[in-house]
Amino acid sequence: MTVLPFDAVAALLLTPLAAAVVLTLLPGHRLKAQVNVAASFLTLLAALSLLVAMRPAPSTFLLIDDLNIVFIVLGSFVGFTTSVFSASYIAHEIETGRLTPAYLRFYHAMYQVLMFAMNLALVSNNIGLMWVAVEMATLTTVVMVGIYRTHEALEAAWKYFILGSVGIALALFGTILVYIAAEPVIGEGLLSMEWTLLSSRVADFDPALLNVAFVFLLLGYGTKVGLAPLHAWLPDAHAEGPTPISAVLSGLLLNVALYAVLRFKILLAGNLAAFAPGPLMVTMGLSSAVFAVFMLYRRRDIKRLFAYSSIEHMGIITFAFGMGGPLANFAALLHMTMHSLAKSGIFFAVGHIAQVKGTQRIADIGGLTVTNPWLGWSLVVGVVAIAGLPPLGIFTSEFLVVSSTFARAPVLAVVLVLGLLVGLGALVTRLNGLAFGEPRGEQHPGEASYAPMLAHFALVLGAGIYLPGPLVEWFRHVSSILG
Amino acid sequence: MTPFAFDVAHLLAGGLVLVSFVLLYQDRLYALLKVYALHAFVLSASVAWQAYVQDAPHLYATALIALAFKAIVIPLALRRIIERLGIHREIEAVVGIGVTMLAGMALVALSMVVMLKVTPGAAPLAREDLSFALAVVLLGLLMMTTRRNAVSQVVGFMSLENGLVLAAAGARGMPMVVEISFAFSILIAFIVIGLFLFRIRERFDTVDLSALHRFRGEIR
Repeated sequence: MTVLPFDAVAALLLTPLAAAVVLTLLPGHRLKAQVNVAASFLTLLAALSLLVAMRPAPSTFLLIDDLNIVFIVLGSFVGFTTSVFSASYIAHEIETGRLTPAYLRFYHAMYQVLMFAMNLALVSNNIGLMWVAVEMATLTTVVMVGIYRTHEALEAAWKYFILGSVGIALALFGTILVYIAAEPVIGEGLLSMEWTLLSSRVADFDPALLNVAFVFLLLGYGTKVGLAPLHAWLPDAHAEGPTPISAVLSGLLLNVALYAVLRFKILLAGNLAAFAPGPLMVTMGLSSAVFAVFMLYRRRDIKRLFAYSSIEHMGIITFAFGMGGPLANFAALLHMTMHSLAKSGIFFAVGHIAQVKGTQRIADIGGLTVTNPWLGWSLVVGVVAIAGLPPLGIFTSEFLVVSSTFARAPVLAVVLVLGLLVGLGALVTRLNGLAFGEPRGEQHPGEASYAPMLAHFALVLGAGIYLPGPLVEWFRHVSSILG
Repeated sequence: MTPFAFDVAHLLAGGLVLVSFVLLYQDRLYALLKVYALHAFVLSASVAWQAYVQDAPHLYATALIALAFKAIVIPLALRRIIERLGIHREIEAVVGIGVTMLAGMALVALSMVVMLKVTPGAAPLAREDLSFALAVVLLGLLMMTTRRNAVSQVVGFMSLENGLVLAAAGARGMPMVVEISFAFSILIAFIVIGLFLFRIRERFDTVDLSALHRFRGEIR
């Protein structure tokens, strides 16, 4: 059976949307969780079919190209595994009474709306539509972060809402400026917001306007990437929201925002008179990473710890994309993929750990490898991965980032390496207390679904040992687009 | 464009900046809401004038949305929330009014310098509009950072969005799609905010955010 090319894109968008409608009507959380998993699986299939099917030609609103397919496939995969994890996590939360079915009424529908918004942001061929989609994703996650309705959850959601809105407002201002720059060249109306047209005509745009626009866009979407100085929402939102949402935030939403930044970076690169966007991204990325590694020490909450680690890694990825060039871009793409997989895997483990221990306080968790061998050792693998130790995939990508930087800007590379080492120290110290030694803290019975977590770690381990040829070829090609 | 049309557009956009300043020094919530309604009204007039000058009928819709939603419905709804929560008393500012006003002036100067410098090629109207719009956005940000009260932060955010609408209206031929979705997103944003306020009321009996800060996750 041949799949028509447009069908794949439509399926990618309509599956989550239809599922969201169905999920608002269905009764019973178990059934909802199953429908959620099924819908996410269908979305994943649609995403995978993009790899083999012929691509549709770019239309006014939709665009599929080599760059966004990477993000779509990665995103749909993490979305699917997270839905599997979410089913067992939510079931446990209801059993223990931390969440009541009333609070959860729209949880699954929101999850699908979030998937829809993220896919829409990725496939949109229109800078305005992309902005709308990112805003939609933000608003849905705000509601989900506040779902526990505790003091902490409300504060986190409020902070996320305010900072996210500010970021989004700045991004819209940047979007308007890009339109104003494009309008004299392309003409009035929708055409001046189309990626494909913008990038083919960008050489004639007013460079000064583009420069100012990019500053706003980087600050705006950068807020959603979690770059300093507007990162403050990220640790709170990760720590206080339900863990599946932490996994989706780190594994997906940050990448979508980064995708927006990258698109505009490519746009700016097409105009020789505009400034090079790289140094700005390098500065923001490196300062976020260095700031975050110091924040890794003295964390008392296990989810907050890994949230700061997300800031660190998003900083490294932004840094590498900012450096540019084939090798650094390749490293950044690989790092982004590995980080998404490893970090959401860690959050799966942490979610179950917090459930069996009944707390997120690091001080009350210890000796996990003795009491809960599966969870404990998974956490060990995850932390070893995220700390950038061999033989896992993040070691490969970090090594590439560092070595490509050493060749071009040794001073920056030294700062980066020192930052990585500081981060490594913090994570290993924490891991030692969490996973080994005398068992500490309470112990609750809990059922866990290990499959999503193990699948993620297996992929990260596999990529560290052997990267398949076609994948390398693919990433290399995308790196050349990124310039 | 006639000099008269230009002058009126200039007057209205400048008026929006002025009302933003008035928002900055309000110390009572009811007064704040009234000034916000005025803010939305000036925005609506400014957008309607742009629609007339640019001969872009779709902008009238934007103006109407601004008038109906932002100048009437939202202030009334927020008023009800304030009444129900019984928090009509003073607004606690993090920094003093004088300092805030000085910072506001610096921000306006900054936006003039930046926007007028980078848009020499654009139409004069768009240039002025953009610099005023940026000023309104920055003043909105300033208000959000200098207020502790949740309601006044929300008002700050909405005045910020008004600045964005002004910028979008000033951009010639900016497609309708974006404006509708934009108005729509404001609505959603408002629902979310309303939800929050009620939940916050439910749990804390206060909408003073400093009460929230006590519950930071790190201190347990």
